[in-house]
Amino acid sequence: MKNQTIDIHCFHCGEICEEEIITFQEHEFCCNGCQKVYEILANNDLCAYYDLENTPGLAQRNPIAKHKFDYLDDESVQSKLISYRDSNRVQVNFHIPTMHCASCIWLLEHLYRLDPGVNSTRVNFLKKSLQLSFDPQKTTLKNMVMLLASLGYEPALNLNDLEKIVKKDENRRLLFQIGVAGFCFGNIMLISFPEYFGLDSLTRSTFSPFFGYLNLGLSLPVFFYSSQDYFKAAWKGLLKKHISIDVPLALGILVLFIRSLFEVTTKTGIGYFDTHAGLVFFLLIGKWFQQKTFDTLSFERDYKSYFPVAVSVLKGGKETTVPVTELKIGDRLVIRNNELIPADSLLMKGQAHIDFSFVTGESNPLEKVLGDLIYAGGRQMGSTIEVEVCKKVNQSYLTQLWNSEHFAKNQHSRIQTFQQKVSRYFTWSLLIIALGSAGYWGIVDPTLSWHAFTSVLIIACPCALALSSPFALGTAMRILGRNKCYIKSPETVEHIARINAIVFDKTGTITQPSESTIFYQGEVLTHDERILIASLVRNSVHPLSKKIFQYLAEDQLLKLNEFEEIPGKGLKGLINGISISMGTLSLVAPNKISIKGKDHMATTVNVAINGQLKGFFSIQHHYRIGLNNIIRIWSKDYDLFLLSGDNDREKNRLAHIFGNEEHLFFHQTPEDKMIFIDHLHHQSKNVLMLGDGLNDAGALKAADVGISVSEDTAHFSPASDVIMDAQVFNQLPQFLSFSKNTLIVIKISFLISLTYNIIGLSYAVQGTLSPLIAAILMPLSSITIIGFTTLATSVYTKKGGLS
Amino acid sequence: MSVMYVLIGCSLLLAFAALGAFIWTVKSGQMDDDYTPSIRILFEDTPTKEDQDEEYDKSHKED
Repeated sequence: MKNQTIDIHCFHCGEICEEEIITFQEHEFCCNGCQKVYEILANNDLCAYYDLENTPGLAQRNPIAKHKFDYLDDESVQSKLISYRDSNRVQVNFHIPTMHCASCIWLLEHLYRLDPGVNSTRVNFLKKSLQLSFDPQKTTLKNMVMLLASLGYEPALNLNDLEKIVKKDENRRLLFQIGVAGFCFGNIMLISFPEYFGLDSLTRSTFSPFFGYLNLGLSLPVFFYSSQDYFKAAWKGLLKKHISIDVPLALGILVLFIRSLFEVTTKTGIGYFDTHAGLVFFLLIGKWFQQKTFDTLSFERDYKSYFPVAVSVLKGGKETTVPVTELKIGDRLVIRNNELIPADSLLMKGQAHIDFSFVTGESNPLEKVLGDLIYAGGRQMGSTIEVEVCKKVNQSYLTQLWNSEHFAKNQHSRIQTFQQKVSRYFTWSLLIIALGSAGYWGIVDPTLSWHAFTSVLIIACPCALALSSPFALGTAMRILGRNKCYIKSPETVEHIARINAIVFDKTGTITQPSESTIFYQGEVLTHDERILIASLVRNSVHPLSKKIFQYLAEDQLLKLNEFEEIPGKGLKGLINGISISMGTLSLVAPNKISIKGKDHMATTVNVAINGQLKGFFSIQHHYRIGLNNIIRIWSKDYDLFLLSGDNDREKNRLAHIFGNEEHLFFHQTPEDKMIFIDHLHHQSKNVLMLGDGLNDAGALKAADVGISVSEDTAHFSPASDVIMDAQVFNQLPQFLSFSKNTLIVIKISFLISLTYNIIGLSYAVQGTLSPLIAAILMPLSSITIIGFTTLATSVYTKKGGLS
Repeated sequence: MSVMYVLIGCSLLLAFAALGAFIWTVKSGQMDDDYTPSIRILFEDTPTKEDQDEEYDKSHKED
């Protein structure tokens, strides 16, 4: 590798050209792939791609395997992907995770210039989806996917897509409800105004009934359409003997409507139609505010989201494509470079370097020898291998995690939110006050009894209370999202605030997968010896060899006379009559038992020259920046634990950081991790789990809050409640204290709404509540709450050092 | 004062029209994506070479 004084950035992808520089049409490219994409675009007048954003492309260093998408010719696979088809139009929806900028949108919407078979393409950037319609007489689905992949926009085609049930668009329904409620609210307000500002006796007699019936007509859609979900939710809750906030809300809406209906039909008043419509409108707005979540991120990913749709199976010497779901024990699979192993299988042919970073977070590939068992979820790096399936896809070591009860649907969180806790007491006290005042007036003045009873239920309808949580939590969610900590649902913010135990995964979560330190320990190496070692490791593709080669940074290399790589052990070579071996101790120096000074915290590669043990290279993982600090801050308030699937060679180093050796657990299987979380639950702890790989999925799900730390949030993260960008790992304590502050905001706004309720109730119990007071109090309290929560959260944001 | 009935009828009719328009926008998917259109509108319509040739032919035919 040459040292360049100025780094040259690739014109296409913007990465520094390290290995080679290709100059093409006065632009520099880092690899053939990038240059190819540029050439295609330049030939089709699509260079505006590069004008919209600088270096918008994606590195294309790994060419796409020729037969990778052959399975798309399979009719059964196609029918699952295609959403609409007729003789000259086929429509498909793709999810494209690599989409990231304006240029991407531009290029994807100009695909028709690259392939005349494309009818139209439309991007939804927030969902990272592409709606593509093409002419099946001119092109095929496979060609479309190949075209996208060749440009760096490979659609995510996985098992999950095939089993997906089309979800009803909840969002549209809510928008209709808001629209209808808003329309009715505005018009009812307008029509109610004359009554409030006084009609003289003459006009009252003519107009009052007219206005009343008009209002009644307008409130029907609000009652029957817009507010129906509150009735349903309340009814569902009552069936389960569970009193949620929906019960007093539904009761309030119902009483408002019935009382108003009664007043208008008996001509005794004008009713509370404006309060009724306003209440529903504000509640729906709160719901909508809360529902806006992170569309691009998927919090429900399980192994199906990562496993391929189909794999190549060898049948009678011929390769055929078989959907992953139909794999049987004994099938022989052909796994190419960069392909995933979908089921636990035995290695039958070839050299396997399996990258388990999806599963464990460990990015160094593991070597496997013939006959070795390879667990599902690993990715082959290097040459093509053949494996034999020995377990079905859903019964593999890893995937059977998803058969546990924690993945059963509709699991309720163990932690009760503030709103859930309060609404029970609230509902009971409300009913007691209502019945109490009805009873009192029943003795004193029976004519006022019904009036007082309904007034209490109307005015105490917890509109402001119902709004405080969605607005405070919704704002908190957005602020955390802006700081690259993406939260699945608003309740999660509150759950985070109530955590008292934190469990860490090790590899990939607290260690930085791509970064490691390497150093040499032992007899000092001469310059010639360094060259010898560098020449040897140059010939190996093993990641450790590559790291050692980079570390030595020698460029005058010698030619090898003999070279042998023993999988799982190391390297042996002969250069100019000097034999040199590197790797495990048993290979390098079989007689020695251990070397002095060797610590057991790191991966070591021993070196022997002419049979003489020289020393070893030690490769140590970096812990993430800020880890020490986080542990120090948290150790005061939380119980901290570490669960690692790895061996305990880093125990001393970690014990030093965590300060407590008893809370460190090693050799943990995915199930062990899950069981450990359950164990903490039995000690009535509220657990937060920090993990990163699929092997943490069980623990993340079992924990009250599961945070997955992800290097690339668009691409990979196991199912969890929170997806956090690994870059902001050091801000974790701020996120936790921010969540706690949000809970304080909710509590204060509850007090504010209670004050309004008491004011209103004082009128209601006296039987003097007029429609005008109700019409003023209800919106006023709601707006105060919205204003307060928004303001208070932004104050805490600044205080917490978040942006 | 009976003109009030007509006026209220008119105002309601207008409001219904607005509600109808809102429902139409939601149904036609305009509320599904509130981000991409903001970028799409800034794209320049860059003609391809063929387009330019056609344009050239057209303008010369008209002469």
